[in-house]
Amino acid sequence: MRHILSILIENEAGALSRVTGLFSARGYNIDSLTVQTTEDPTMSRMTIVTHGSDDIIEQITKQLNKLVEVVKVIDLNEADHIERELMLIKVRATGKERDEMKRMADIFRGRIIDVTEKSYTVELTGPGEKLDAFIKALDPATILETVRTGASGIGRGERILKI
Amino acid sequence: MEISGAEIVTRCLKEEGVEFVFGYPGGAVLEIYDAIHKQDFFKHVLVRHEQAAVHAADAYSRSSNKVGVALLTSGPGATNGITGIATAYMDSIPLIVISGQVGTPMIGSDAFQEVDMVGCSRPIVKHNFLVKDVRDLAATFKKAFHIATTGRPGPVVIDIPKDVTIHKTSFDYPKSVSIRSYNPPVKGHPGQIKKAAQLLADAKRPFVYVGGGAVIGNAGAEVTELVKLLNIPCTNTLMGLGALDGTDPNFVGMLGMHGTYEANLAMQYCDVLIAVGARFDDRVISVPNQFLSQAKKIVHIDIDPSSIAKRVKVDVPIVGDVKSVVGDLVNLLKESGQRPNEKALAGWWEQINEWRKPNSLLYTQDTEIIKPQYVVQKLWEVTDGQAIVTSDVGQHQMFAAQYYKFRRPRQWINSGGLGTMGFGLPAAMGAQMANPYAQVACITGEASIQMNIQELSTCKQYHIPVKIVNLNNRYLGMVRQWQEFFYGNRYSESYMDALPDFVKLAEAYGHIGMKIEKPSDVEPALREAFSEKLKDRLVFLDFITDQKANVFPMVQNGKGLNQMDLPEHMRGMQQVPFENNRDYGNLC
Repeated sequence: MRHILSILIENEAGALSRVTGLFSARGYNIDSLTVQTTEDPTMSRMTIVTHGSDDIIEQITKQLNKLVEVVKVIDLNEADHIERELMLIKVRATGKERDEMKRMADIFRGRIIDVTEKSYTVELTGPGEKLDAFIKALDPATILETVRTGASGIGRGERILKI
Repeated sequence: MEISGAEIVTRCLKEEGVEFVFGYPGGAVLEIYDAIHKQDFFKHVLVRHEQAAVHAADAYSRSSNKVGVALLTSGPGATNGITGIATAYMDSIPLIVISGQVGTPMIGSDAFQEVDMVGCSRPIVKHNFLVKDVRDLAATFKKAFHIATTGRPGPVVIDIPKDVTIHKTSFDYPKSVSIRSYNPPVKGHPGQIKKAAQLLADAKRPFVYVGGGAVIGNAGAEVTELVKLLNIPCTNTLMGLGALDGTDPNFVGMLGMHGTYEANLAMQYCDVLIAVGARFDDRVISVPNQFLSQAKKIVHIDIDPSSIAKRVKVDVPIVGDVKSVVGDLVNLLKESGQRPNEKALAGWWEQINEWRKPNSLLYTQDTEIIKPQYVVQKLWEVTDGQAIVTSDVGQHQMFAAQYYKFRRPRQWINSGGLGTMGFGLPAAMGAQMANPYAQVACITGEASIQMNIQELSTCKQYHIPVKIVNLNNRYLGMVRQWQEFFYGNRYSESYMDALPDFVKLAEAYGHIGMKIEKPSDVEPALREAFSEKLKDRLVFLDFITDQKANVFPMVQNGKGLNQMDLPEHMRGMQQVPFENNRDYGNLC
C-alpha cells in the first residue's frame, strides 16, 4: 500500500543521504521524495512517498527514527491529510492545438507561465492523480518536457508535526 | 590559550577517560600522532593492520564495558578499518573510530589517500561526523561518545581533515550534551511490564531467551534473578553467552543453528517466551513461520524499537534499557508474588530434563585423533572456566560456544553478527589490554588465524600474553561441513593447502609455539601454556584436529528448530515433546 511519510530532520550536510541510503540498503522503495528547510532554518521537512506492507512501513518508520538526525516521523496515512505536487509541463502549442491547450490548462486550473510561438509551459499543482490525469488528457505527441516535484504532505486540522 | 586540533583530539580522549588508542599512523594523521607523542594521558597501541586496530578496540570495549578507540589514517587506513567497524556495528559495540582525511580544500579532488570515509562508513555506523572546523571538534567528540554509548550502542566515526588538526582554537570540553533529535529510551512502560508479569504468571511452559543486548546492557544479574526467582529455563544466544552462567542448572545451553536439542525444543514448544536483548535473527530462530507454528505468547524487551516486530510479531513489546526493564519486572514479581503454576512448571522441567538426557553435545572420543570439542573442554577445565575467550569464525567458534561454559558476561568475545574471520587474535589483544590480569585465550582455526596473523608482531611489542588455541583441521571447517551436507562432498576451495609451520611462525615472531597431535597431549600442553611459568608469554598451540568433525546439532536453512540434524547417537530421535498428553497441556 502507498504511504506518505513526513519527516522532520536536522538541516545538516549528509542528512539526506542517510535517509536515501537507508532505503536502498534495506530494500525499501522511494516513489518520491521532497525536502526543504522549514521556517526554522536548522530543520528540514521531508516528504517521502513509499509503498509496502504494514510491516514494512512500520520498519521504515522505526529505522528512520533511529537515524540520529531524524527528529520526528509521522505516517500521514494514519489520518486525514492533504498532499500536493507541482508539475511544470512544456507542451507544443501551434495552430489549433494552441487554443485547445489553453482550455485544457484552464480546466485543470493550471497556469501558463511561459509562452513561445510554438510552446506553452504550464504550471499545475494538485494531488499526484490530478497531474497524472492532465498528462493522460494530452496527446502524448504534444508533450515536450515534464518536471514533477513529488508530493509534499501535511495533516489536516489540528494534526501538526513540529518539535 | 589556543591549541591545535590535534591536541584537542588528545584532550578530548583524556576527558573521556580513554586508556588505550589502537591505531596506525599515516600522512593525514601525522599531526595527531605528534600530539600523541607529547602526551601521557593514554597509551597508543601500534597494530600491524588497521582492521586489527578496530577489532582490538572493539574487544577492549566488549570485555570491559568501556569505549574502544581506534585511530586510522585517511584513504586505505580508513577503508582497512571498514570490516572492523561493520563487525562492531552488527554486534552493537560502542566504539569511536577517528579517521584522518585530506585537507578541507582538497576534499573531492581525488587527492592522494582520499576516500569519502563518511560515505563509505555510513551504512555501518550508528553515526558519523566530518569535522570541517576546528571549533566544532570538541563538541563533536562529546556527541560522538554520547551517541556511541547510549541507547543501542554502536560505532561512531569522526573523520578529521588534516588542516583541522593543524588549526588552533581554545579548548573547552562540553560538560553535557543534548541532541534534540536523539533521545534514547531508558525506562520500560510500566503497563507493558505488568502485562509481561501477568503472562509469566499464566504460563505453563515459560522460557527466557537472552541475547547480546543483555551482555552489552549489563543485565546479566537481573536476568539471573528473574530466572532464579521463577525457576524457569533459560537459553543464551551466541552473543548472549555468559549473561546467565553456563553452569547454572536453569541454563539449557545455547540455541539456534547449532544450539542444543533441549534449548531449541524449549524455544519451539514454550508457551510464554521472554526475549531479552535478542533479535530473533535467522541463525537463532531459522524461519519465523516454523518458529511460530506452535502458538506462544512473546514478550520482547529491547532498547531498539526497530528490533521489535522486525522478524517476529510479538504480544508484549517493551522498549527500554534491558537492565532497567528486567529489574522492574523482577521487582514487580517480587511485590505481587505472581508465579507460574507450580504443577505445570514442574511438568515443563520434567520435559526439559528428558530432552537433556541424550546430551546432544556428546561426541565420540578418539585415542588417535584430537577431537576439536575435546580441546575446548580441556581448555575450560585448565582455565577453571574463567578465561576470557575470543574466537574467529567457523566450526571452532561453534565448538567454543558449545563447550566452553561461560560463567559471566563479557567473558566470550566473538563476531556474531557479521561473522568476521580474522577477528580473534586482535580481539584477544584488546581484551588482554582491558583485563591485564585475566587469562585470555583465542580459539581459532588455521584459516581464520591467517587473516590477521601479522598481529603476532603487535603482541610481541606490547608483551601481550594471550594463548592461541588453533584448532587446525586443514579445512575451512564450516565451509567443508556445508559442502558435505549440501554440495555432495565437493570440497570446492575449502582445503587449506600449503599451511605454514605455526610453531616456527610463532617462534619467528618471538613467541612460543607448540604442536599437539595426540589426544593424550592436549591437557598437558594446555596446562603448560597456562602455567605460571609462561604467564607472560604468548603461546601458540597448534592442535592438529579431526578433519571430519562436524558441528551438531544443526538447524539447516529453511528448517524449524524442531527439525535439527542430530549427532549420530541421536539420529532419528523425535523432536517433539516426549508425551503429548501431559497434564500441562497438549503441546502439539
